Amino acid sequence: MLADYSILLIGAILVNNFVLVQFLGLCPFMGVSNKLETAMGMSMATTFVLTLASACSYLTYTFILQPLGLEYLRTISFILVIAVVVQFTEMVVRKSSPLLYRVLGVYLPLITTNCAVLGVALLNINKSHNFLQSLFYGFGAALGFSLVLVLFAAMRERLTVADVPAPFQGAAIGMVTAGLMSLAFMGFAGLV
Amino acid sequence: MALMRITSPHAHGPMSTTRVMQNVLLALIPGVIVLTHFFGFGTLVNIIWGCALAVAFETLALLLRGRPPLFYLKDLSAIVTATLLCIALPPYSPWWLIAVGIASAILIAKHFYGGLGYNPFNPAMVGYVVLLISFPLQMTAWSPPRGAGEVPGLIEALQALFVPASFDGITMATPLDILRQNNSLLIKDLWQQTPQFGRWGGMGWEWANIAFLAGGVWLLYQRIFTWHAPVAMLVSLGLMASLFYDGGSSASGGSPLFHWLSGATMLGAFFIVTDPVTSAVSLRGRLIYGALIGVLVYLIRVWGNYPDAVAFAVLIMNFAAPFIDYYTQPTSYGHSSEEGK
Repeated sequence: MLADYSILLIGAILVNNFVLVQFLGLCPFMGVSNKLETAMGMSMATTFVLTLASACSYLTYTFILQPLGLEYLRTISFILVIAVVVQFTEMVVRKSSPLLYRVLGVYLPLITTNCAVLGVALLNINKSHNFLQSLFYGFGAALGFSLVLVLFAAMRERLTVADVPAPFQGAAIGMVTAGLMSLAFMGFAGLV
Repeated sequence: MALMRITSPHAHGPMSTTRVMQNVLLALIPGVIVLTHFFGFGTLVNIIWGCALAVAFETLALLLRGRPPLFYLKDLSAIVTATLLCIALPPYSPWWLIAVGIASAILIAKHFYGGLGYNPFNPAMVGYVVLLISFPLQMTAWSPPRGAGEVPGLIEALQALFVPASFDGITMATPLDILRQNNSLLIKDLWQQTPQFGRWGGMGWEWANIAFLAGGVWLLYQRIFTWHAPVAMLVSLGLMASLFYDGGSSASGGSPLFHWLSGATMLGAFFIVTDPVTSAVSLRGRLIYGALIGVLVYLIRVWGNYPDAVAFAVLIMNFAAPFIDYYTQPTSYGHSSEEGK
């Protein structure tokens, strides 16, 4: 039982890392990785929303779509669920904890368009995870996303002082770095 | 009398980049001799061909960037990269395999980032990983060591470089591979039944590792690098191996001594992990960096899909090094740790 869940977690964090192995959520990965502090804010917000959204989308699928025979509507309804969860989170955080809102606030709306969130929700259904598994899978995916985002941000801060040739400056060298990282993460293949 | 004003620094260390690289090359010699003894001239041919290519690619990149090639070639860093990569490649590799590896190492991993000193990833390991993922068949074709099979001569080694498939069918699984795929034999029985195992590690491999260890200790004595990263890596690898040794059962990952003396452990610990550009900078950071490499090497070796793990572990930790540095900045003298942030 415990082993099953830890395998699920390690699989989602390292072996099938959502960014570097499954290539989901690349827009925030490239867009919010210029500074380490913003990357940390983004990863905290994403972890929170992804875990919540994967649980909510599982509930939506099992208790609304399946009884009504509307499984083919899952993509569009998950988008709706994610948008609602993000909006709801924003409202709750703003009223209950202004400090947290100031840290996460800017990043919350961005998460709606993070394809990793939708990806996790759909993969949970494809892999026929139960509720707890969906929750863990979402949490693992978020941890894996946060890990590479934060490491990548620290590396990009160092790259800003590198003598990169003109054609490779900026996003280009970021892409090259992400590609090399993806190669390195292939080393985890087979662990789970 | 001319009063010349000379600004500081007035004293400088005798260690230039060229001297450091020269020492690294010297320290690699015993290991290369042992590899040549056990596996034939393949490694040597690899190195010579690889160095020629590395100089060519380095010159090309420098010319494209409008820099004086001779000045940068003199620091020998391209030669060191090529030598390290070619030692890691299986002997008797085809010429194009080495060419692809060197091109990835010198052009992508080094010059895309601005050359020596800016590369966040170890160039030799980038070349190795690119090859291992793109050409797994050629990259796992290790010829048997002397004592377990015939060792080809110099002419055959040159043939293997340029004539495709001139030596099929004489390759053998490496000891790490055999141990990873073993799930029925006790460690003791496995050792007796398989000719590739030596006294402690793999036959031939153990002596190559001891030779690289000797070279590494000499470099340490020359103060080319600090002890932190290599010792941390070897200790954590040993700890992992003892934790999962499992009394030598069929599910065992192998003894600590086997892991220290197999594959690229010592080459990695003293020549790759200690790269001053791609590793963590602070001493505390180097301890963390080395220890995590040791853990990752064990994880990927025993439970992963690939024959050896040093390259992957090093690349993953290269990626994490700036983050480690961020949190292990030493405080400057006269400040408390809270102030220093």
